[in-house]
Amino acid sequence: MSQSIHEMTAAQLLQALSDRSLSAPEVTSHFLQRIASLDTALNCFTTICEEQATAAAVAAQNGLTDGQLAALAGLPLAHKDIFCTKGVRTACGSKMLDSFVSPYDATLVSRLKAAGTVMLGKTNMDEFAMGSSNETSYYGPVRNPWNTGFVPGGSSGGSAAAVAAGLAPVATGTDTGGSIRQPAALCGITGIKPTYGRVSRYGMIAFASSLDQAGVFARTAEDAALVLREMSGFDERDSTSADQAVPDFQAALTGDIRGLRIGLPAEYLSDGLDPGMKAAFDAAVDLLATQGAEPVPVSLPHTELAVPTYYVVAPAEASSNLSRFDGVRYGHRCDDPRDLQDLYTRSRGEGFGREVQRRIMIGTYALSSGYYDAYYLKAQKVRRLIADDFRKVFDQVDVILSPTTQGPAFPLGDKMDDPVAMYLNDIYTIPANLAGLPGISVPCGFSEGLPLGMQCIGPWFEEGRILNLAHAWQQVSDWHLRRPEGYA
Amino acid sequence: MSLSPDQVRAVAQLARLDVSDADLARYAGEMSTILELIDRLGSVATDDVVPMAHPLDIVQRLRPDAVTEDNDRDNLQSVAPATEQGCYLVPRVID
Repeated sequence: MSQSIHEMTAAQLLQALSDRSLSAPEVTSHFLQRIASLDTALNCFTTICEEQATAAAVAAQNGLTDGQLAALAGLPLAHKDIFCTKGVRTACGSKMLDSFVSPYDATLVSRLKAAGTVMLGKTNMDEFAMGSSNETSYYGPVRNPWNTGFVPGGSSGGSAAAVAAGLAPVATGTDTGGSIRQPAALCGITGIKPTYGRVSRYGMIAFASSLDQAGVFARTAEDAALVLREMSGFDERDSTSADQAVPDFQAALTGDIRGLRIGLPAEYLSDGLDPGMKAAFDAAVDLLATQGAEPVPVSLPHTELAVPTYYVVAPAEASSNLSRFDGVRYGHRCDDPRDLQDLYTRSRGEGFGREVQRRIMIGTYALSSGYYDAYYLKAQKVRRLIADDFRKVFDQVDVILSPTTQGPAFPLGDKMDDPVAMYLNDIYTIPANLAGLPGISVPCGFSEGLPLGMQCIGPWFEEGRILNLAHAWQQVSDWHLRRPEGYA
Repeated sequence: MSLSPDQVRAVAQLARLDVSDADLARYAGEMSTILELIDRLGSVATDDVVPMAHPLDIVQRLRPDAVTEDNDRDNLQSVAPATEQGCYLVPRVID
């Protein structure tokens, strides 16, 4: 074998497993060894499932030997620690759930298990997915494999860094305001957030229910397509699951983008853009045009209101969702409560970190009597204006293309004392969540040795179209093939 | 819009969060800057806009009123901090 196992794409691994040039236990043990030797420096994993993974790999190999046709048989992966995994700790980056061993599997987990995947472990994340740098985790920050003094992005930072460092070929994540696309960009990999409702939220610990959506991190758009297909689809256990047929995303990857109209939103290309990011993005647009795509300038006029809208809607929903953590049914409980009120307030005060407490309080305030109209109702109205901007633009173009972030990763600790500066990180990713649209981030260059990403947003349920643009891009560029030093 | 530490104390009480006095002042400062950001929403007219509660504008799905789940109490209570005879234990509420 000329290529090392962790250098192979998921598609290549599946091919090698299918033609018996590699066995499932061999592949799984290779990744477990890499995690054991390299993750101390990165902190991507909060739980490593060595025993379960080894057993699952043997079972997958038995299936392969018997000629069973599970789509992802023997493929190792890592799950973001926001997904409930039966019998395995599910801590969601929080002291609140530090000892929580889930009694059931999330739908995404059971579907990927049925598809033959092998869970290597659970990945570190911002506490309850609230953060853009992975620094709010109770388990300490994840470090960016491109430079360990820098953040990997968040909230799915552990999953993104694990794939970038070759500790897992693919990993799951969730994206409420950019938590897949932003870390994918900052770690130099591919990450897709599908349309709201495409992947079941059952068993995915809720942050903001009208925004949360699960997705996947991979090295290539093709790998993302393979895994996304297996996790997508209607689920009666999620009341907002979309009852839409799931197409064969891989079949959409023709690589042909001739005549594809690509909208370039002026509001995403103005002030604040890192010069390296701007140069990389402009070069990418030029290259896509030589492949037959047609760039079209467009406008999304309410873009600057997306972050303020999000910081009403998301905390309001979070304050409601996180009220379930009461120290009674599961999660942290304070010692020696005086009475029921003391049990609630101290369990929550001790169990939640600062960022989570702050967001719960912002949400509680925005929903409180006398402020509801001025904040929550107002934000819901502006949310419609933002969604309508997209609706109008998709009458003119097939997809929208923009930088994923304003620039590359920032140093650890740089923005922890300034919540608003941290929140503005997600200025280009939040609008797609508010509108429920699918988005994918792919590597498009480097600035000062750190990776950059560009984002393609498609119309509702057109994941195949954005995956194809990403695939076409990866046929003519090689940024997604670069590996951080020490992790090649 | 800025918040005083006393207002934060009231919000913390509503949210059932035990926040120390030292933290109240810090939260008040941070939450005030966030509310300043949010106040930008006031710059756009929305009188005729219908609020958007859900990204797909779908209606709530209904299912037949039939039992579909078995009782799984023992499994679900296995993660509770304190239970007894199938009940969750909390401090005494009624003297």
